[in-house]
Amino acid sequence: MQDLGPYLKEHKFLQGMTDEHIELIVGCASNVKFDPGEYVCREGQEADRFYFIRQGRLALQLMTHDRGAMTIQTVNPGDVLGWSWLIPPYVWHFDCKAVELTRAIALDGTCIRDKCEKDHHLGYEVMKRFAHVMVERLLATRLQLLDVYGKRS
Amino acid sequence: MSAFQPATFSIIEPSSLQTVIDKLKALGYATVGPTVKEGVIVGGPINSVEDLPRGWTDFQDAACYRLVERQDRALFGYVLGPQSWKKYVYPPRLNLWRVAQREGRQEIDAASSNHERVAFIGVRSCEIQALRILDAVLAQGDYIDADYRARRRDNFIVAVNCVEPGGTCFCSSLGTGPSARDGFDLALTEVCQPGEHFMLVQSGSERGTELLKGVAVTPAADEQVTRAQTLLEQAAGRMGRRLDPTDLKPLLYRNAENRYWEQVGKRCLACANCTLVCPTCFCMTVEDVTDLTGTQAARTRRWDSCFNEAYSYIHGGCVRTSPSARYRHWISHKLGTWQDQFGMIGCVGCGRCITWCPVGIDITEEIGAIRAGEQASKETVSAKE
Amino acid sequence: MYMANAAELIPADATPGDMVPQPYTITAQRKDTYDTFTLDMVVGDGKPVMAFAPGQFNMLYAFGVGEVPISISGDPTTNDRLVQTVREVGSVTSALRRLRKGDTVGVRGPFGTAWPVKEAEGSDLVILAGGIGIAPLRPVIYSALKRRRKFGRFVIMYGSRTPHDLLYYRELQQWKARYDIEVEITVDRAIGPWRGNVGVVTTLVPRVKFDPLSAIVMVCGPEIMMRFGIMELRRANVPEDNIYISMERNMKCGCGLCGHCQCGPLFVCKDGPVFRYLQMKRLLNIREI
Repeated sequence: MQDLGPYLKEHKFLQGMTDEHIELIVGCASNVKFDPGEYVCREGQEADRFYFIRQGRLALQLMTHDRGAMTIQTVNPGDVLGWSWLIPPYVWHFDCKAVELTRAIALDGTCIRDKCEKDHHLGYEVMKRFAHVMVERLLATRLQLLDVYGKRS
Repeated sequence: MSAFQPATFSIIEPSSLQTVIDKLKALGYATVGPTVKEGVIVGGPINSVEDLPRGWTDFQDAACYRLVERQDRALFGYVLGPQSWKKYVYPPRLNLWRVAQREGRQEIDAASSNHERVAFIGVRSCEIQALRILDAVLAQGDYIDADYRARRRDNFIVAVNCVEPGGTCFCSSLGTGPSARDGFDLALTEVCQPGEHFMLVQSGSERGTELLKGVAVTPAADEQVTRAQTLLEQAAGRMGRRLDPTDLKPLLYRNAENRYWEQVGKRCLACANCTLVCPTCFCMTVEDVTDLTGTQAARTRRWDSCFNEAYSYIHGGCVRTSPSARYRHWISHKLGTWQDQFGMIGCVGCGRCITWCPVGIDITEEIGAIRAGEQASKETVSAKE
Repeated sequence: MYMANAAELIPADATPGDMVPQPYTITAQRKDTYDTFTLDMVVGDGKPVMAFAPGQFNMLYAFGVGEVPISISGDPTTNDRLVQTVREVGSVTSALRRLRKGDTVGVRGPFGTAWPVKEAEGSDLVILAGGIGIAPLRPVIYSALKRRRKFGRFVIMYGSRTPHDLLYYRELQQWKARYDIEVEITVDRAIGPWRGNVGVVTTLVPRVKFDPLSAIVMVCGPEIMMRFGIMELRRANVPEDNIYISMERNMKCGCGLCGHCQCGPLFVCKDGPVFRYLQMKRLLNIREI
């Protein structure tokens, strides 16, 4: 786990956090890899992790009964994947499939949640950053929803 | 251009005015001017002085217009009817061109621009300014309206200065009247008071001077000129409405999102009357039609109004759906953005929009309300401090 | 000054906005997507077609139906044909879509202001386009490619609704394959075989490489997309001064005489359709202006 420290310290998501807080997070981190076609998570499964994507590409998908798997968003290097671990009921809300060979840092959600409960300062810092991620997703989703390119009747 | 004496006033009798009309007709002008028709003063052919609304005056207020008989026999004792001279130089309907599809090729026939010359008898100062404004809009930009230019080229203007302002007039607020400084070939000022009735005439151009030669006029006495000028000065102070033109543009820009427009929008019917009677509104649309065989098509230009919902339609919807947005656009354009576009205020203070609005929305009141609203907020703020 | 005669006020050599279309003949009609098509036109007798600057538009007349403003989407450095990409959204565009090779289209133009291609020389050139918005920008791409060395980085970001709605896909792939242009394509949603990026076009902004402080950025697409796109660009520290957009409004004349295209004090037909963002900034956020 030690060798992930320098990477995480530089990651833009954790920028502004104290070294101590970053160490706490490093303690929950591990290196992972996904082969093309491999599912990172499935809708309904227990969500106990989130990921910093280092390399590769993933597709966030929802399974529809009539049109198969619909990709709603592409996750690229530098993105953070997963917020379902933070909010009850802690289950994934979508499928996520690696489109290319993907390398990521996986963070143990349960581990981080426990640490946040014990250290509320850490909790606040983590919440602030995830709130930002979710707001960005929300704005992007709204724009998608507006279907701005679509023909209006 | 040789110099003439602008301040030379003469007295003209109604019979001599007839000579002016006859001379203009002899020169090939179609003479038009105010006539009484169906209880309203509208533009029509003037072949004789008696075609003018002698002995009539107009009572005008918001949403109100009445023709009332005068006690005297003044020829020009009224101000403005619902139509402006715009209809002569910018017709409500104009054929632009026809096209025929023959053997897969299209041949276009542009409508010809042969127009008779028109002489306007009885143009008020505000209307001269309105024509000037239309000149700037339609004939001085990068693209000009060639039909308008042709119709305006040979206008002969016989102006009439207003000694009695109308109930909705506010030309003096905007510096567009009540007397015309220039822009006319001849200008008349009719003084019709108990005990006196005379008409001053003044030339404003070489053409005017030329025309007056051979018309029986007598030199005006200084006292008569002073009398007329006094009446005109008094008229300037007796306007039915007032509009402070100070900083109108920043005022309207600042208040683009003022909730007050919603209140106006509740009253406005979006009937487009104001744009139809306005002497400077120029918005138009085109109609493309085809015959049943589909081999002939034609395009017509017709007046349009920003109050029409489809005016701002782009695929999928309209930009201005609410009447309040359309009213805000109209007033902001007329008094504000027109200045950025053409270098002057688009309004001449004729008051027609006030008279002919069926619900009596008054452009001067609305500006007053916006100004008052700002003043009230300022006072609230300073009271708090 | 005494001026009774309007003739003195009107310049003798002024251009008549005479509303008479010039007949062009269609030499090719290509389907781009299920609702978008491109017309190649010539003026006849081997004469060169109109010269235009990237960003300008023509009023296209469908016989007996009416006119629409359509941005010119061809190569401004050649004059052998007039290329216009049209999306079917109403009666006139439907009528244009039914036309075939050999048919006549009435053309008036070119009208409007141009993208600042010359001003962008010496800087990075960045294009952010959504939907049919790539059409008015394609002449910029052609123009810049003819003088590629005059620019720094060249970035094209393009998004549309679904993979089926991507315009000029083959050309974009060709440009993507070049080492001297960065092309990023995305769709709002995708199903099936699409393996490219999914997400709104604004999400591409943080992912491309250009110098935000000096780049000239040209944005074109639905108004909402442009507003959000500009928010992203501002977040990336692109100065407001360096952003240009293209606007769209109802037009009847295309040359400043009918009044319909006004947005605040600006006529989209003659003060635009290409504007500096700063000209439009205040107006973009006022409802129903």
